[in-house]
Amino acid sequence: MNRSSVKADRTATFLCWIVAFAVTGTFFWILWDLLGHGFKGISWSFLTTQPRDAGRSGGISSVLVSTSLILGVCLGVAIPTGVGTAAFLSEWIPRKSRVGRWIRRSLDLLAAVPSIVFGLFGAVFFGEVLGFGFSILSGGLTLALMVLPILIRATEAGFRSASEELRLGGAALGLRRATILRHLLLPAASHGIVVGLVLGVGRALAETAALIFTSGYVTRMPSSLLDSGRSISVHIYDLAMNVPGGEANAYATAVVLILLLILINSLASWATQTWLGGRSLP
Amino acid sequence: MSPSRGDRWLAGALGLAAALAGGAIVLILAFLVIEAWPALRQVGLSRFLGDSGWLPAAGPDGNFNLVPMLAGTVAVTAGAMLLAVPAGVISAIFCRYYAPLGVSHIYRRLIEVLAGIPSVVYGFWGLVVLVPWITRFRPPGQSLLAGALILALMVLPTVALLAESALRSLPRSYFEGAAALGLGRFTTVRSLALPAAAPGIGAGCVLATARALGETMAVLMVCGNVVQVPTSFFDPIRTLTANIALEMAYATQFHRSALFVSGLALMGLVGLLISAVERLSPKPAYE
Repeated sequence: MNRSSVKADRTATFLCWIVAFAVTGTFFWILWDLLGHGFKGISWSFLTTQPRDAGRSGGISSVLVSTSLILGVCLGVAIPTGVGTAAFLSEWIPRKSRVGRWIRRSLDLLAAVPSIVFGLFGAVFFGEVLGFGFSILSGGLTLALMVLPILIRATEAGFRSASEELRLGGAALGLRRATILRHLLLPAASHGIVVGLVLGVGRALAETAALIFTSGYVTRMPSSLLDSGRSISVHIYDLAMNVPGGEANAYATAVVLILLLILINSLASWATQTWLGGRSLP
Repeated sequence: MSPSRGDRWLAGALGLAAALAGGAIVLILAFLVIEAWPALRQVGLSRFLGDSGWLPAAGPDGNFNLVPMLAGTVAVTAGAMLLAVPAGVISAIFCRYYAPLGVSHIYRRLIEVLAGIPSVVYGFWGLVVLVPWITRFRPPGQSLLAGALILALMVLPTVALLAESALRSLPRSYFEGAAALGLGRFTTVRSLALPAAAPGIGAGCVLATARALGETMAVLMVCGNVVQVPTSFFDPIRTLTANIALEMAYATQFHRSALFVSGLALMGLVGLLISAVERLSPKPAYE
């Protein structure tokens, strides 16, 4: 090795460490700022009282309820559709068939649609054409469309990872395809479903732009799925942008959102390790 | 053996689910076009590019110049990618070749966490920390620069993680060959690993660009949202996405149709990038 290449390697090493330090530093800057300002605002009463004075004071109970209802609608629609589509793609049609290619291609495109465009579509289609208006139902259905590609991709990978012997063995026993799917392939694919769910829930919780015009801004406690309800991300946005003096509660809500995301992630890795460890077939 | 009745039902149900999932994008595009049509027909494409300003609430006689928003979107995305691509690719190289094993693990995990932070939180942090900081040097603070910095931070994980996986997928034999030739680490990375992984890294960068183009909340919160073609990094700008988010709440009829035109323009830009990814990828993403 000549001297100039040693020198170049040293420069590259230096550059790499500088960039890594800068990225790490920024990360901790954000974290420190959010936790430092937000943590002290979190208490049991913050989580269990309703927002008052446009969210400047009071808590976020109704926001949490709306968020879970929106998530519920989203998953209630996305899971059956997504798992069904994944099963169709991987078990019912040949892998390279034209139908499969078109469906995958349109899902790739769906995954690339910017969230504000989902918002536009949801507002017109669910809000006006189907007549749901500004409601939790509109918001949840819009989010379902957004998480479908992620869920399908992960579930399909789960089905594909199931061993071929399961299918052949099931067929040799004369089991119906429904039985093979339900009792052999679905358990084997469940880690893929869980991964897809975690990614999907993460995306749905973080989503703001698609919800502003579908589930709306209302901070009241929702009494039905046709009520408008404010999700947690929209709450942060509104407090930061439109409510002077809303900063403290915005910080606290942001910390709650991040803690929720961390909780979901750890639940998922726990579930894949323990629950699925016992259940997944050899 | 003919399929049982239960199996036929199941096949129908699964086919229906797949048709719904596959048809969603068609429905979305159709609605964009249908809703944008009145404005496109009565105003015409030329006025969307050459009118004297943006005053869409006045109906067909208003002004419909989308150029400032297009320029804002392109400028903020370009600024973000200028920062995020080098930083992301260097991060990936650091992880694969330069960091000690333990550090590499921790750094990768940290980037994954960065990727999971919601855009509204980045926007909020930008608004309360970054914008006041920029204001000290050059008011008003809410600016192209703030938007580019926040966006860079948001897409850096995408670039880094995809570049890292492109580097990881290189065959081991390449590196054994390089070692046998006595190539140094830097030469191996520059002349072997990077060129070999270039298609994957490129595809990752384009995907990240598409994400930056479509990002709404963070840029809405830190860019200032003034309709103008930026002349400096410190000018406030408004992007296509922010334009929709700001005006959709009160837009009616013609105005709303004009907003769907900006949605369509956005979809067009993203579509271009996605077809570029398909060209760049070593193999199609679906097979």
